[in-house]
Amino acid sequence: MSAPGADTEPIRVMLAKIGLDGHDRGVRVVARALRDAGMEVIYSGLHRSPEQVVESAVQEDVDVLGVSLLSGAHLPIFSRIFEVVAQLPEPPRFAIVAGGVMPDEDCEALRRMGVAEVLGQDTTPEVIVATVRGLAREASARL
Amino acid sequence: MTATASLADRVVAGEQAAIARLLTRIERRSPGVDEVISALVRRAGRAHVVGVTGPPGGGKSTLVSALAAQYRRAGRTVGIIAVDPSSVLSGGAILGDRIRMSALAGDAGVFIRSIATRGAPGGLPRAALDAVTTLDAAGKDVVVLETVGVGQAEVDVITAAQTVAVVSVPGMGDAVQASKAGLLEVADVHVVNKSDRDGAARTVAELTDMLRLAPPAPGQWQVPVVSTVAATGEGVGDLIERFDGHRAWLADSGEGQRRARRTTAARIRWIAEQLVADRLRAGHPDFDRAVDEVTERGGDPVAAARRLVQRGLGAGAEDAAAGSDPPDSDPAGSDPEGSARR
Ligand SMILES: Nc1nc2c(ncn2[C@@H]2O[C@H](COP(=O)(O)OP(=O)(O)O)[C@@H](O)[C@H]2O)c(=O)[nH]1
Ligand SMILES: [Mg+2]
Repeated sequence: MSAPGADTEPIRVMLAKIGLDGHDRGVRVVARALRDAGMEVIYSGLHRSPEQVVESAVQEDVDVLGVSLLSGAHLPIFSRIFEVVAQLPEPPRFAIVAGGVMPDEDCEALRRMGVAEVLGQDTTPEVIVATVRGLAREASARL
Repeated sequence: MTATASLADRVVAGEQAAIARLLTRIERRSPGVDEVISALVRRAGRAHVVGVTGPPGGGKSTLVSALAAQYRRAGRTVGIIAVDPSSVLSGGAILGDRIRMSALAGDAGVFIRSIATRGAPGGLPRAALDAVTTLDAAGKDVVVLETVGVGQAEVDVITAAQTVAVVSVPGMGDAVQASKAGLLEVADVHVVNKSDRDGAARTVAELTDMLRLAPPAPGQWQVPVVSTVAATGEGVGDLIERFDGHRAWLADSGEGQRRARRTTAARIRWIAEQLVADRLRAGHPDFDRAVDEVTERGGDPVAAARRLVQRGLGAGAEDAAAGSDPPDSDPAGSDPEGSARR
């Protein structure tokens, strides 16, 4: 029918901060870069729980859920996220991306859990935008 | 058709993922979405639809969160649609309303969705109305629509609401008040939020004076001015009482019927406009043929246009027959030439 071009649909991204880590400057910079690339960014605010973040991402039907962590607690937090995701009545269509500071060996562990991409703190906005675009294309195909 | 029925059924059953998926399809105007909405319109109509509008930063999202918490304490389920502006430069948006609503997280009786103002001109009011219908059909007792009170599209969005609250804050100058003139007219309830701040009493007095200039006729709604501190929940219970009072007045006075009729008229007009517009695009075979005929063989453009529109209406009638009630003789649905009558 009249869909004005499926690939012109704005990509929807949720950016979330979980746990005690109270720094959101980095996440705000990423949010602006994604918005300037034409995406819709839903920001969770600070100190959310994995349950809250997954629930929000489901309700917002985002293409990509980005979780940024500077606290060092990424392994337990992401394993909790995937537990919550596994309890959903149906698998969500969004890809989960990890951002922030984490050692290389943890990146491997995160991928094994199901994290689609790990974007370290020095990842350029261009790379972040391109990564999210690629993942969103796959998520849209699951719509 | 089965897929359509099942998505509608899943929405009616209140499944979060189904509601979320349908809202995405509404925003994208995906093929088949009209049929799902048609199925839901007949199962909607129970919810009280409340619009909350006003200037950015006035505390609308905080107020919506406090309202929802209060409704929940009274055992009522809540759907929230929060509209935020898209950037005119990139078309992107940062949707931050959820940040203020985190107290509602983890409650299955609350569904929150953020929507950006993007989209084709005239598309937002339609998407908002369909989203309201979705949450209504999903069984939410109250659907709250938050929108920034700037621009015609935003004012049009709020007409999907039965009860409209316009939020002001203390200390806004006369110029700001005046620029909101379009909004003040749509207010069923005035809210002076941030009443913990200096100047709140003065803002209440200004609004009250302004309302006194046009006193309601007997039997008409008396627009109240309610003070709130959304951040603490102060005044929010009183505000809900006013909302409920307005809803009761809508039912008793017949105004509710009139507003429902206006909403139906808009819905039918939007669907009809799209049925016609879909054939008026380069790439549609009938349209391209008409352009060829007029450009290359000296055809009559007026006759070609009439044929296209008539054929569009014919096809539309068949498509729609499966899903919706036959349009009645609603004057708002007719077009100036009466060519819609067949
Ligand atoms: N002092 C005070 N601040 C408030 C009140 N309600 C909201 N705020 C603050 O006003 C700011 C904007 O609130 P928000 O709900 O995002 O406003 P919106 O843009 O109208 O949705 C936030 O910092 C809120 O914490 C209130 O009643 N009193
Ligand atoms: Mg807001």
